[in-house]
Amino acid sequence: MNKARKNPFNTLAMHGALILYTLIALFPVFVILINSFKDRKAIFREPLALPDAETFSMIGYQTVMKQGDFFLYFQNSLIVTVASLFFVLLFGAMAAFALAEYRFKGNTLMGLYLALGIMIPIRIGTVAILEMMVAGGLVNTLWALILVYTAQGLPLAVFILSEFMRQVSDDLKNAARVDGLSEYAIFFRLVLPLVRPAMATVAVFNMIPIWNDLWFPLILAPAEETKTLTLGSQVFIGQFVTDWNAVLSALSMAILPVLILYVIFSRQLIRGITSGAVK
Amino acid sequence: MTALTLTNVNKSFGDVHVLKDINIEVEDGEFVVFVGPSGCGKSTLLRVIAGLEDATSGEVRIGGEMVNATPPSRRGIAMVFQSYALYPHLNVRKNMSLALKQEKQSKAVIEERVGKASKMLNLEDYLDRYPSELSGGQRQRVAIGRAIVREPKLFLFDEPLSNLDAALRMNTRLEIANLHDALAASMIYVTHDQTEAMTLADKIVVLRDGRVEQIGSPMELYNNPANQFVAGFLGSPAMNFMPAGYVNDGDGRTMGVRPEDLRLADDGALSAAVQHVEHLGGDTNVIARVKDTQITARLFGQHSINQGETVTLGFSPERLYYFDDNGARVQ
Repeated sequence: MNKARKNPFNTLAMHGALILYTLIALFPVFVILINSFKDRKAIFREPLALPDAETFSMIGYQTVMKQGDFFLYFQNSLIVTVASLFFVLLFGAMAAFALAEYRFKGNTLMGLYLALGIMIPIRIGTVAILEMMVAGGLVNTLWALILVYTAQGLPLAVFILSEFMRQVSDDLKNAARVDGLSEYAIFFRLVLPLVRPAMATVAVFNMIPIWNDLWFPLILAPAEETKTLTLGSQVFIGQFVTDWNAVLSALSMAILPVLILYVIFSRQLIRGITSGAVK
Repeated sequence: MTALTLTNVNKSFGDVHVLKDINIEVEDGEFVVFVGPSGCGKSTLLRVIAGLEDATSGEVRIGGEMVNATPPSRRGIAMVFQSYALYPHLNVRKNMSLALKQEKQSKAVIEERVGKASKMLNLEDYLDRYPSELSGGQRQRVAIGRAIVREPKLFLFDEPLSNLDAALRMNTRLEIANLHDALAASMIYVTHDQTEAMTLADKIVVLRDGRVEQIGSPMELYNNPANQFVAGFLGSPAMNFMPAGYVNDGDGRTMGVRPEDLRLADDGALSAAVQHVEHLGGDTNVIARVKDTQITARLFGQHSINQGETVTLGFSPERLYYFDDNGARVQ
């Protein structure tokens, strides 16, 4: 261990900075959580106070449960996020493998073309996407969202995964070829398990924007039965009156699944972020 | 029967011509070593034989059968890689049996072959371990075991010892030699280490810049090198080269003499300024300068020679080799 890390003052300063950052990052979440358990007056009188016996109220959660089909929204969001992630990872990994493993004409060009999507925001094409979905009869279906999010996630996935796949030892893949494994078996049984940390990284980077997105659900699938959670929460925000209890309660509940998915991926994620930098 | 025949094999990557007109025959049961400096194309040649790269032109025959279009797994070969290339998520037993499962061998056959191979390589206690729990030497043995269980017509070794430390390298070298005797299989072994080549090979193929320089038994190549490159590559310390004009006035050829053929002699032809002395106990290596050329003399036994001294070195004329300007051997 080096000297800087042994010095107690440095340790203190390092932990202090990290704790401060954690507090700042968690503060908004904390405010949302405490206020979701207070009644309307208490929210505005003392936004930072913890709920006590007098101000405690479940009215927000009750409203959310009663109004609109909250569990359906929840389910829609989950289906869209999980399905999109699955397709992003599957197709992204396959494209990355082809780019990293095979020598063919236009390999570099293809890689650049696939990475171009990172630089161009997909929302620029919203009108065209909407026209396409209308023509395909996909408006107000979850498939519309899944397809768009898959397209949105692929560029970064291909970019990151092909970098990692290049690091998988050639000898290993060749050994598998000599042993008689097919290219598909090499991909699924050998390479995918080895780039699992990178897959988790890509999954987390994609998951949060998809879960939080309001734009595409609003445009492509605003029907009652295909509303996502974020869109569903908007019913409580009106032009003149906003039901803050309900909004805060809905948001509190929306945090949960992302948190759970994040915990699942996070162990892998940390390895994924560091493994490229440190051998 | 010949185990492997290469006829006019060429390989190019784009404009880079890596293998040039390679013709090699490997007899059944023969141990052939491809040796050459880094980048000479020896590993590429092995890959072409394995089917991991396609030859740009020429014929590859294994056991008499043309295999240019046959995938690696159906060529009847097994390969041992430099980096071991063990499957990290499978234990030793599964690593060794994967290829047999792919060939759809029965469980009994797999069990028997894995048992036999692991006994041969002293791996019986490690069958349930994962590669990450093994030492370098053990991993290399597993890699060899994975090749043995397939009972291939031809074994291919791609610098299998270069990741091992010196002591282990010598042991494993012996093990591979024993293995060759026990299995009586044809083996091709790629290395850049001339000691491995000399000690293991029935036949050495010296490669340089994608071309075969010379093929022959270790002693043939040592005693009768076809050119200056082969003469300088085999033998350790390497052969000394100097202008023949040092001993014969007006001779334009290059003269070669092996370090062990030089001896201290008062009437010797070469007067050398000692730069450095390596005392190895059994031998003494004297690194000295003769005019503008650095030479090495390997003297048997122990000698008290000091840096800065001038010594006179002699040799028997019949132990000399002569080369022309292009490096070809001349009389």
